[in-house]
Amino acid sequence: MSESASEAAVGLARRWLLPRSVLSGVFCVLAAFAMGALLIAAIGRDPVLAYLSLFEASLGSTNGLAETAIRTVPLAFCGIGIALAFRAGVFNVGAEGQLFIGGVAAAWVGLQLGGQPQWLVLPAMGVAAALAGAAWSAIAGVLKLKFRADELITTIMLNYIAIYFVGYLLHGPLQDPGSPLARTARLATEARLPMLLEGTRLHAGLLLVVIVAIVAQVFLWRSVAGFRLRAVGHNARAAENTGMNVKAALWTGFLVCGALAGLAGFSEVAGVQRRMIENLSPGFGYTAIIVALLGQTNPLGVLAAAVLFAALQIGSTTMESAAGVPSALTTVIQALVVLLLIGQNALPRFFRRRAASGS
Amino acid sequence: MEFLSDPVLSGFIAASVRLSIPILLAALGGMFAEKSGVLNIGLEGMMLIGCFTGFITVHWSGNLWLGAGVAVLIGAVAGLGLAFYAVTLKSNQVVVGIAFNLLMLGVSAYFFRLAFGSGTASPRITPFGPIDLGPLGEIPILGPLLFQHDPLTYLSLALVVGGWLVMQRSTIGLSIKAVGEHPEAAETLGLDPVAIRYAAVAISGALAGLGGAFLSISATGVFLDNMTAGRGYIALAILILGRRHPFGVMVAALLFGAAEALQLRAQLLPIGLPLQFLIMLPYVLTIVVLAASATRSGAPAALGQPYEKGGR
Amino acid sequence: MRNIRVAFGAVVANDDVSFAVQPGEIHALLGENGAGKTTLMRALAGLIQPQAGSIEIGGRPVTIDGPLEARRLGIGMVHQHFMLVPTLSVAENIALGLKEVRTWFPRLEQLADEIDALGARYGLAVNGRALAGELSVASQQRVEIVKALYRGARILVLDEPTAVLTPQEAAALFPVLRALAAAGTAIVFISHKLNEVMALTDRITVLRRGKVAGTLRTAATEPRAIARMMVGGEVTLPQLEGMPTPGRPLLEVDRLGLTDGRGVRRLEGVSLSVGAGEIVAVAGVDGNGQQQLAEAIVGLQRPDSGRVLIDGVEMTHRPVAERIAAGLAHIPEDRHRTAIFEKLSVTDNAVAEEAGRPRFARWGLRRLSETRAFAAQLVADYDVRLGSTEQPIGSLSGGNQQKVVLGRALSRDPRLVVAVQPTRGLDIGATAFLQNQLLRRRAAGAAVLLISTELDEVLALADRIVVLFKGQVSGVVARADFSVEKLGLLMAGRGA
Repeated sequence: MSESASEAAVGLARRWLLPRSVLSGVFCVLAAFAMGALLIAAIGRDPVLAYLSLFEASLGSTNGLAETAIRTVPLAFCGIGIALAFRAGVFNVGAEGQLFIGGVAAAWVGLQLGGQPQWLVLPAMGVAAALAGAAWSAIAGVLKLKFRADELITTIMLNYIAIYFVGYLLHGPLQDPGSPLARTARLATEARLPMLLEGTRLHAGLLLVVIVAIVAQVFLWRSVAGFRLRAVGHNARAAENTGMNVKAALWTGFLVCGALAGLAGFSEVAGVQRRMIENLSPGFGYTAIIVALLGQTNPLGVLAAAVLFAALQIGSTTMESAAGVPSALTTVIQALVVLLLIGQNALPRFFRRRAASGS
Repeated sequence: MEFLSDPVLSGFIAASVRLSIPILLAALGGMFAEKSGVLNIGLEGMMLIGCFTGFITVHWSGNLWLGAGVAVLIGAVAGLGLAFYAVTLKSNQVVVGIAFNLLMLGVSAYFFRLAFGSGTASPRITPFGPIDLGPLGEIPILGPLLFQHDPLTYLSLALVVGGWLVMQRSTIGLSIKAVGEHPEAAETLGLDPVAIRYAAVAISGALAGLGGAFLSISATGVFLDNMTAGRGYIALAILILGRRHPFGVMVAALLFGAAEALQLRAQLLPIGLPLQFLIMLPYVLTIVVLAASATRSGAPAALGQPYEKGGR
Repeated sequence: MRNIRVAFGAVVANDDVSFAVQPGEIHALLGENGAGKTTLMRALAGLIQPQAGSIEIGGRPVTIDGPLEARRLGIGMVHQHFMLVPTLSVAENIALGLKEVRTWFPRLEQLADEIDALGARYGLAVNGRALAGELSVASQQRVEIVKALYRGARILVLDEPTAVLTPQEAAALFPVLRALAAAGTAIVFISHKLNEVMALTDRITVLRRGKVAGTLRTAATEPRAIARMMVGGEVTLPQLEGMPTPGRPLLEVDRLGLTDGRGVRRLEGVSLSVGAGEIVAVAGVDGNGQQQLAEAIVGLQRPDSGRVLIDGVEMTHRPVAERIAAGLAHIPEDRHRTAIFEKLSVTDNAVAEEAGRPRFARWGLRRLSETRAFAAQLVADYDVRLGSTEQPIGSLSGGNQQKVVLGRALSRDPRLVVAVQPTRGLDIGATAFLQNQLLRRRAAGAAVLLISTELDEVLALADRIVVLFKGQVSGVVARADFSVEKLGLLMAGRGA
């Protein structure tokens, strides 16, 4: 192998496998677990037992793995969307609402097309969910680009509005006629995502999200549009000055995030619940913000972070019953990971400044 | 005029006020942080930790005022923690705030479970009760609006007036506003933008902590996981709707409180419109206000921007 | 101040600088942009701490560890960018951080009266009750001076006070400063403009690249000697040579009008044209519409009347990308805000304008090896000093960043170059390099529009000078008729 080729290979490996961001992410995860262990030990419980039971439950069995994978799907969909939006400089906190709107759109299309063949129904549901999620996100886009309204607040407001709106639909026009509960009728078999693993609930949404993550990674780092998206996120004025279409990049951030969150709603409806329900998401769209940060807003990193968060959430109840450690510990660990990461990213800058201004 | 003394209506009004207090206090806190240039997305977490520590203090000591005091203190400490990230480390304030909220969610649930086990019977305390003001409470509309509340509610209203005095009239308010608008100018005049921002965020944490404690030690007498349920985020909307002015904030909080009271009384009110659309109103209104006031609704010029000491 | 040294990282802003000012004296601190004038005075005002050296006030050694201490010692500074909180009133601005009014609730009414009275004493008309943000630039400056005086300044530092003023306003300022000096105040007057220093000051200290080049009595010297001292003599800046050979007009600006976001009319009926092989300069006092003119030409702002034509094609409302495709290159004034992506690599910055061209992209995907090769070539051609083209551009020095920006703009062989204050903040070497590049573009048949407030630069490089005053063209001067006096009058809005 020639020198430049091997250099290129090393460079490639570094860029794709072990860049500094991955190392720092792993370090923060380990440090957060260590701090969690201190919390466990402080209350007189056994950290080793706790962590073993945690991961035994989430990763140690076929069923545990499947449950973790199921939980990964919505977190990763929303997380990747949020990450791309962040890259463009769009602080889209609206994935939760976009997920609900996508879910209800998917359910509606699925119910309308009930008896049609699966190859027609499922894509139609997915497209409807993505479009609906993107349209909901577009409201915030219009508010930002036309009225200069900060998307942080508008997307939070739109989350509430979406959830109340879906509540209205499920109590009203879309309510299952045979039930007093606020939910739609059950979807026909053709409108459900195929199962991947016999004996578990694992559905094909996992394949979809992995493909999305890979495509998003290539888009962000190898495509011209991805480069422009990042450039706009770094400095919109300079981007405009160098002839880039700033509005297009911002719109990409809004629409892609909305579409992916919509797909999260679709996969929950068609893969897990098999109908639209009022409590479709226990805050996936908010947790996904943290997932996106932990994944350093790299789509593949976000996917990995989503797996970690899903495993923590799935294993937490077992940890509580087996080791007597409150399940909320996993929430603490999730938060610590991100706070450590933010601190770690800021610290070098901080110390450099100190050194520079020191007397 | 029959409906003026209708028990459903007066119950609704009293509930609106009661439900507006937590978000009012949090928003008042948010005002201090934002006026100093720090976007406090962590209000939600500060409320929750105040809600929890207030409850547990009362449970152990039986002293309601001690509980409120501890909630204020812990809220302020949480504020200092956030300020360390936002001001000293100069991290993205949105990101840090969201992470802080998650931490507080985990911490409060973890220690609550630790203290009381995972049994089904949730512990209760006797919350603040309304002060009996006799016939004043019987006045239609005004009675439930003003005279049927507990001491914490009256304290909150006093804090609104106090907040107005401090912000609009005092030297402290002047310094906070200067640091939020033009930190460099403030520094050339001998003010310390970093210290002032720390103080402002600590104040905001203290107020949010008290707002959270109101939920557990005044409104209900219990603590539940994630009890604040997004009220800290609503406080951010209230700030915009109330234009970061103490009295504006109070009116906006009342509006959101009314929406929540409406939600709880779904079946009792004879309204044709689907209920959900009524409840959406304050959220929609917030968006409209935000969109109508083109330039970030008079936000402080340096809001969200970390300050680099000594220029350069 | 003795043997002062201030360094920011590897950049030494002040090196072994000694400087003294007497009561009743107006002392100029003169030097080019980036010579270290402001840094030295910021150290005096307690805003930065020098790494070495000592400061004495009234003969006693002092340590100025912060603005409060500086104020206690009677030091007041009027910064180039005013330090007024726009949403507060004048009185509130002055009350900020002041012990005398730091009771719980400041007595602002009384303070406003005192301010008005103090201003009146020195001929500085101010209104203590007005909102600072609503005042004109000149009256904001008066407020700044009153603010310093109210705070008991006996040493008053003014940083480039005339940069934002019209000549008339500057002329009105000078008697005020003389009156203050006559009353015993020591005044430090920071400037890079020779003529006003000669007119106003008693003594001059010249700074060059962070060091003292010399201190002179104003009366005992003459402008040319000082100019040599400022520049150092060793580097001669390029000078335009040869007659212009104007070809067809590549840039035509036709009766351009523009109102900014705050409703202020910035441009009114501005027309000019730049032909192939010609450098046209736009001169004027800072803030007379230069930035708006440049941004309207490159497409960052939309004018509300008039037209912009590039190579004969109407571009008034076309996006930036189309103008770039038509041969426009822009070297903007505020590099950090407008030209570079600090956290992106030098490579990414180098191709920012052309990332989508077939040369650098296929099927929408970037061709990274071609991109890197291009960046490496650019770095070599434009003598950019760096470790690797993959390092973030923000880690380079200002001059090297500007070379990347220049290389990016010029390597496309642009037919029209719009350069706005291209040498601001650069050292002499980088300035000479950049100016030579502009001359080479002219020789290669490109049209160059140079927008600069530096008269020397404009006089040295331009074939023609268009003078802007309050958003309008106040005159056009051909090279044969260049004179400082003539330009000065035009810059003041007085037609020839």
